[in-house]
Amino acid sequence: MTLASMARKYEARKRPEGERQATSAMIASLAAEGYDTVNAPFGSALIEAARKDDRIVGLTADLGKYTDLHVFANAMPDRFYQMGMAEQVLMSAAAGLAREGFLPFATTYAVFASRRAYDFIAMAIAEENLPVKIVCALPGLTTGYGPSHQATEDIAIFRGLPNMTIIDPCDADDIVGMVPAMCAHEGPVYARLLRGKVPSVLKKHKPDYRFQLGKAQLIRDGRDVLVISTGLMTMRALDAALKLAEDKVDVAVLHCPTIKPLDLDTIATEAARSGRLVVTAENHTVMGGLGEAVAGGLLSRGIAPKFRMIGLPDQFLEAGALPTLHDMYGISVDKVAARIRAWL
Amino acid sequence: MELASRSAARSNVSLANRAWNIRRKALLMGQVQGQGYIGQALGIADVLAASYFHALDFRSEDPEWEGRDRFLLSIGHYAIALYAVLMEAGILPEDELETYGMDDSRMPMSGMASYTPGMEITGGSLGHGLGIAVGMAMGLKRKRNKAFVYNLMSDGELGEGSTWEAAMSGAHHRLDNLICLVDFNNQQADGKSTEMLCSEPLPEKWEAFGWHAQRVNGNDLAAVVTAFDTARALKDAKPRVIIFDTTMCKGVPFLESREITHFVRVEADEWDKALAVLEEGKPA
Repeated sequence: MTLASMARKYEARKRPEGERQATSAMIASLAAEGYDTVNAPFGSALIEAARKDDRIVGLTADLGKYTDLHVFANAMPDRFYQMGMAEQVLMSAAAGLAREGFLPFATTYAVFASRRAYDFIAMAIAEENLPVKIVCALPGLTTGYGPSHQATEDIAIFRGLPNMTIIDPCDADDIVGMVPAMCAHEGPVYARLLRGKVPSVLKKHKPDYRFQLGKAQLIRDGRDVLVISTGLMTMRALDAALKLAEDKVDVAVLHCPTIKPLDLDTIATEAARSGRLVVTAENHTVMGGLGEAVAGGLLSRGIAPKFRMIGLPDQFLEAGALPTLHDMYGISVDKVAARIRAWL
Repeated sequence: MELASRSAARSNVSLANRAWNIRRKALLMGQVQGQGYIGQALGIADVLAASYFHALDFRSEDPEWEGRDRFLLSIGHYAIALYAVLMEAGILPEDELETYGMDDSRMPMSGMASYTPGMEITGGSLGHGLGIAVGMAMGLKRKRNKAFVYNLMSDGELGEGSTWEAAMSGAHHRLDNLICLVDFNNQQADGKSTEMLCSEPLPEKWEAFGWHAQRVNGNDLAAVVTAFDTARALKDAKPRVIIFDTTMCKGVPFLESREITHFVRVEADEWDKALAVLEEGKPA
């Protein structure tokens, strides 16, 4: 990029003084309005699981504090390994520990697991179906640091890997539920993580909600639109549904926290109900994520509803404040509601 | 010097004979396919003989015995050599030799854990073994299991950054149950290792990474055995590496003298000739 083109880009996207958000919003709390939050749900859930299962150990590559693993490390220091800033040996050593009968939880950022350590996850862990649980913060667009930290294609990368189970939790309820489910599952798991103060959303909409590995669950029903969503986009979809209800648009939300294996039976049953617009929503590029998985699954079964995808564009994304970026790329509550309204 | 095996049960056969048997089995497997990484197998035979019949503790009838020393083959393409020693050790049946590299064989061209009893890991994507060995050594310590983890790697793998992540990690975690074996035959796919990406000076480099390092002639059995003994007996809380300088195709002079490449060409009529030459050099 030349200096001149850089200047043009800067001028083109410059916003008025009052609309600029501060850097402090770059890794903002994802807490949406009106939801309670849970502090470090992954760390607490892992401690609880580890009290019941001696095989559990935790490893990180210098990101304990930023993956909530520090909570576990503080509570159970003799079961924690600091591997330093070395993601390749983080994954290989986790494989070695699994070979010796342990159940390792390895944490880093999603970009580093999917891009830097991929070969080690593929060959040392997945090819041998070892029970290594990879838990990664900053999934999709949850930081404004730019492409170096934004894991916009991690799901596409891991979907292609045999034996790998993929979870994209929506909220603290999902995270607390997924940890014991990951332990009970025999093979490797890649889980995206929301950390710090994580909102509790699903139980507010569906009080008896409980995470089930491999299951999509209808959080709310609706006659006009079916949103099939995963991760934090289920949060956005539920809030957008409330907004659309004010306009008498009735939106169902089917939450798919497990992306692989995908619960195509439930998805197909819901999508086959006649007349509804089907919209997928994911915090991930539209290339190779939930949307394409749903589309392929439905077409294979001869189901072809009116279909749209909400997700991140096939681009390296901008740096900036998260709320600004979520608006810019169409995954904020307002933008989700507006896009669905426009498609009807 | 007649070097006997450490284990009484295996002491009837000298290590020189074990190494010779490994070379012969590797040549027979190469003959089955008409090709194979025979140069590496012949070069590493002495190290493998000393590993399995002097250093390692294992049970032939139970390759997953919890008390066994773990032997990781990071270099998947050396599988032909490992199959030979696993047969020699009674872990693989010798009559499967003729299936090497064929459909339905338990002995694929590149070593994989899910195919072969006694093959601890899936190697082949280079620079993986040492990191896995680090995790296994940490796991053994957690279990208070006194076994050693051996990782056999090539000089080419010294070019992989992951090797050095693992090296730092092994020293940081004070893994005195970890022994890395480097086969330095100075040959990789495109030419001499030292001309591709030079990793010298090697002992100094490993020492700087916090390891106890030795460098010996990997085709001198007495030196190999002494190096294993030193590595095992060391009291320092650090991992150990032995760099073995080896000669590709060792034991078959007409192949040794050929212009050696990573993948040694052996013509169809040369396998019998190579076996005959090996026969002439059979130890007493």
